[in-house]
Amino acid sequence: MQVKTCRKGIEMPKVTFNEDLCKGCGLCVNACPKQIIELKKDVINKKGHSPAGMTDQSKCIGCAFCATMCPDCVITVEK
Amino acid sequence: MVVFEKPHALCDVPLHYCPGCTHGIVHRLVAEAIDELGIEGSAIGVAPVGCAVMAYDYFNCDMVEAAHGRAPAVATGIKRAKPENIVFTYQGDGDLASIGMAETVHAATRNENITIIFINNAIYGMTGGQMAPTSLPGQVTQTSPYGRDVKTAGFPIKVSELLASLDGPSYIQRVAVNNVKNVKQAKKAIKKAFENQIEGKGFSLIEVVSSCPTNWGMTPQQALDWVEEKMIPYYPLGVYKDKTSEEGE
Repeated sequence: MQVKTCRKGIEMPKVTFNEDLCKGCGLCVNACPKQIIELKKDVINKKGHSPAGMTDQSKCIGCAFCATMCPDCVITVEK
Repeated sequence: MVVFEKPHALCDVPLHYCPGCTHGIVHRLVAEAIDELGIEGSAIGVAPVGCAVMAYDYFNCDMVEAAHGRAPAVATGIKRAKPENIVFTYQGDGDLASIGMAETVHAATRNENITIIFINNAIYGMTGGQMAPTSLPGQVTQTSPYGRDVKTAGFPIKVSELLASLDGPSYIQRVAVNNVKNVKQAKKAIKKAFENQIEGKGFSLIEVVSSCPTNWGMTPQQALDWVEEKMIPYYPLGVYKDKTSEEGE
């Protein structure tokens, strides 16, 4: 089985969620072209919402569509 | 390298808006425009009455709170007293298109050198979802439970078209924030509206077709789909007036 690895010299995009600000609206979930964002149903943040999080960081292409649609500036994207 | 982060012109506080409310997106776009143009120190914002009433807590620049609908009049005063500052108002449809229509039309016809960001979400959000001047025909709201009847309530006001019919205003554009492409277009439009003011070109108004998931009774994504299906056909996007390019040629 072929294991997916990052090519040398290319940094993987890094997406961080400021979970306490998230209101769980799910707009980032629908904006993600790779469908790797979902609401963490088993987590409840300070505001009482289930925050969004990433299921598979390695598939991220760093397009920042999620951050573009986020109304609460929860998401920071680095590449 | 940071591809995307919270703009500096937006304070590091949680926004009070409902989950999925596009006010947050538009706040961010305004803050990004302020950051990119480097005008945080000279910008003065005028907050409206409505859901965005607490916008003065969210922007890092100087802010003034205007009486309901009077933001363009307050902005006119600030701009005339301090012409070197960049003055913008951030208003909803109840504020700008209903009680503040007179101030808006007169500021536009005088071609005041100010920038107006107008949020059109077809409903009164803060007071609980009553019919607004921009509610669509047949739209169910708290005060039109059988749908807006155009025989008694009249037709929605198309603010961009109305203001574009005047000779005064320099730049009128309608954008939406229902998907990534439209958000990027909206950002360009808002930045241009600020640039127009910096270059002294006069009155710029950007109408942003937004959603109100709570009062429309929808999920945030359903509300954005409703914007695409119902609102954008009634409120077509585009540049309605652009005197800035005519003058440049």
